Amino acid sequence: MPPGTRLIKKPPMAIIDLANPTRFLALVNRVLPWLVAATVLLFAIGLVRAVHAPDDYQQGATVKIMYLHVPAAWLGMMAWGIMSVAAFGTLVWRHPLADVAGKAAAPIGAAFTLICLVTGSLWGRPTWGTYWVWDARLTSMLVLFLLYLGVMALYWTAEDPGRGSRAAAILSLVGAVNLPIIKFSVDWWNTLHQGSSIFRPGGSAIAPSILIPLLIMAVAFTLLFVTLHLAAMRNEILRRRVRTMRLMQAQELAEAHP
Amino acid sequence: MSAFVSLLKRDMRLAVRVGGGALMGAFFFLIVVVMVPFAMGPDLNLLSRIGPAILWIGALLASLLALDRLFATDHEDGSLDLLMMGGMPLELVVAAKAIAHWLSTGLPLVLITPLLALMLNVELRAMGPLMLTLTVGTPALTFIGLVGAALSVALRRGGLLLAVLVLPLTVPVLIFGVAAANAAIVGPTPFGPPFTILCGLSLMSLVVGPVAAAAALRHGLE
Amino acid sequence: MQLIGDNLQCVRGGREVFAGLNFSLMDGEALVVTGRNGAGKSSLLRVIAGLVRLAGGRLELDGGLPEATVAEQAHYLGHQDALKPSLSVAENLQFWAEFLRIEGGIEIIPALQAVDLAPLADLPAAYLSAGQRRRLSIARLIALKRPIWLLDEPTSALDVASQARLANLMRGHLAGGGLIIAATHGPVGLDNPRELQIGPA
Repeated sequence: MPPGTRLIKKPPMAIIDLANPTRFLALVNRVLPWLVAATVLLFAIGLVRAVHAPDDYQQGATVKIMYLHVPAAWLGMMAWGIMSVAAFGTLVWRHPLADVAGKAAAPIGAAFTLICLVTGSLWGRPTWGTYWVWDARLTSMLVLFLLYLGVMALYWTAEDPGRGSRAAAILSLVGAVNLPIIKFSVDWWNTLHQGSSIFRPGGSAIAPSILIPLLIMAVAFTLLFVTLHLAAMRNEILRRRVRTMRLMQAQELAEAHP
Repeated sequence: MSAFVSLLKRDMRLAVRVGGGALMGAFFFLIVVVMVPFAMGPDLNLLSRIGPAILWIGALLASLLALDRLFATDHEDGSLDLLMMGGMPLELVVAAKAIAHWLSTGLPLVLITPLLALMLNVELRAMGPLMLTLTVGTPALTFIGLVGAALSVALRRGGLLLAVLVLPLTVPVLIFGVAAANAAIVGPTPFGPPFTILCGLSLMSLVVGPVAAAAALRHGLE
Repeated sequence: MQLIGDNLQCVRGGREVFAGLNFSLMDGEALVVTGRNGAGKSSLLRVIAGLVRLAGGRLELDGGLPEATVAEQAHYLGHQDALKPSLSVAENLQFWAEFLRIEGGIEIIPALQAVDLAPLADLPAAYLSAGQRRRLSIARLIALKRPIWLLDEPTSALDVASQARLANLMRGHLAGGGLIIAATHGPVGLDNPRELQIGPA
């Protein structure tokens, strides 16, 4: 190399670079295969532990629906929390990827909530004798599901992604009020649903042989959410790029054929 | 005939593309039906007794509200003018739009009924008759609602006028629909007679609805 | 073929828009309708198109299809474009051509080429500019043949090149034995059309 030249090194990626969609896509493409592997691994471990966990003395093996039902409920609520943070990002900080994060999280959260409702319903039939009952916990989860559908409707029926995102962000923040209601509903109202057993002052009430598989499944579900969320964000970014390219094509054709 | 099919396909295509509102009717139905237990309290016995009525009223409101825009978009962008200049009589144009509307709004409504019936603790053996009454009755609601939709375009008024005009006309359909559904559940009266009358009302509405709506459009758009 | 309007009277919203209007048009002839805003130019076109009821007088087309009304043998190009934003350019045109067809064939691609929109055929109509939307409406007149063209301010939203293209299409239509009635404020590029003025000079 001729003397006097300097090698210019690329600075290492900082967190702020994630704001750039292209860098974000590159990061997702690198990280996603590892996340998929980790998710599959943890699901395998969790399901094996769940199968070997002890049966309930009253319900028998049916209690094992809990290993799907409870993490699904947690993730359903967490997804809305993520949407609320993303909503903050859209409305307050104007982060470029915030509305993408919110839009991508909504269907995944809705799916987890639906899994929670359906598994709960199937669990309730042999345990309580009915598929559905209008108690506080179930009802507030149903309301959460309806709110998800509403937010998805806002995102999907807006022809202009920007405007739909702002409206959906506002709805996400307003709907966040529902989350503490769900958490504490079983304490505030007399319900058929089981009270808090895990996150209680004084420590958990569940035996470790059941608690550990549950926590492993929870981590597995969380990894599943992160994997799906990143993949969905990638899809949304690509979808918006296609739309922009179409608009540019239309503009070029308009100028070429005035 | 091919003009009828073209219009039907176009309206269905518009309904399912972005901004078309294909599943909105079903979504609204879901919400309305879920509201009732919130208001009434969780008494499952009571809910199962009035379940069919709740479902029918939910279907009625959902159908009506979705009809609001049936003619309005075509009127606003000038399509309605051209639709009147084809070889097809306006009555058939209206009928084609109504069928497309039912397929994209009414049918999804009927398909999610079992889920909602479950939440209202309706007995499983009543599910089939209930869905049958809704399948036959929702077209009647759509076709009767056509008149209100046409009038609200002609008079340039919004959705509440439509509801006020149309709801009284749908009362017979509601009565016989709920009667047929209840007959299947509670059962001293057989299912057949009210269901047959419901079918008759539906068939009548298939004719009267488009004729009245076409007349309203023609006279209102002078 | 001859289109005759005899003592036409139009009443809209309780107000008499025009009365005692006479015109007669043979095939190959064009009629330009002029007048102030609100004089009734658009109303005359809508009366001929069958969209507004004739309050008095008579409108007849001699030599046209025996079973069809005047409206079914006319193309109407109004102020609005009748385009659905979520359908593509070709889908919009295909629908109208199929729906309005009474007899004869339809030609989508030649029609799009005639208005220079063929490269945009698969683009959703939402992405079109105002001029492009107007041209797509004009393509409707080419895709499906009807003898009478009723044009309301046809050159609005069109630039100079597109106006020239439209004038060519109009001349082609007249040469093929068609009739044109155009309501306009300015010139439309036709040589020696007949003129009809509505309202006071």
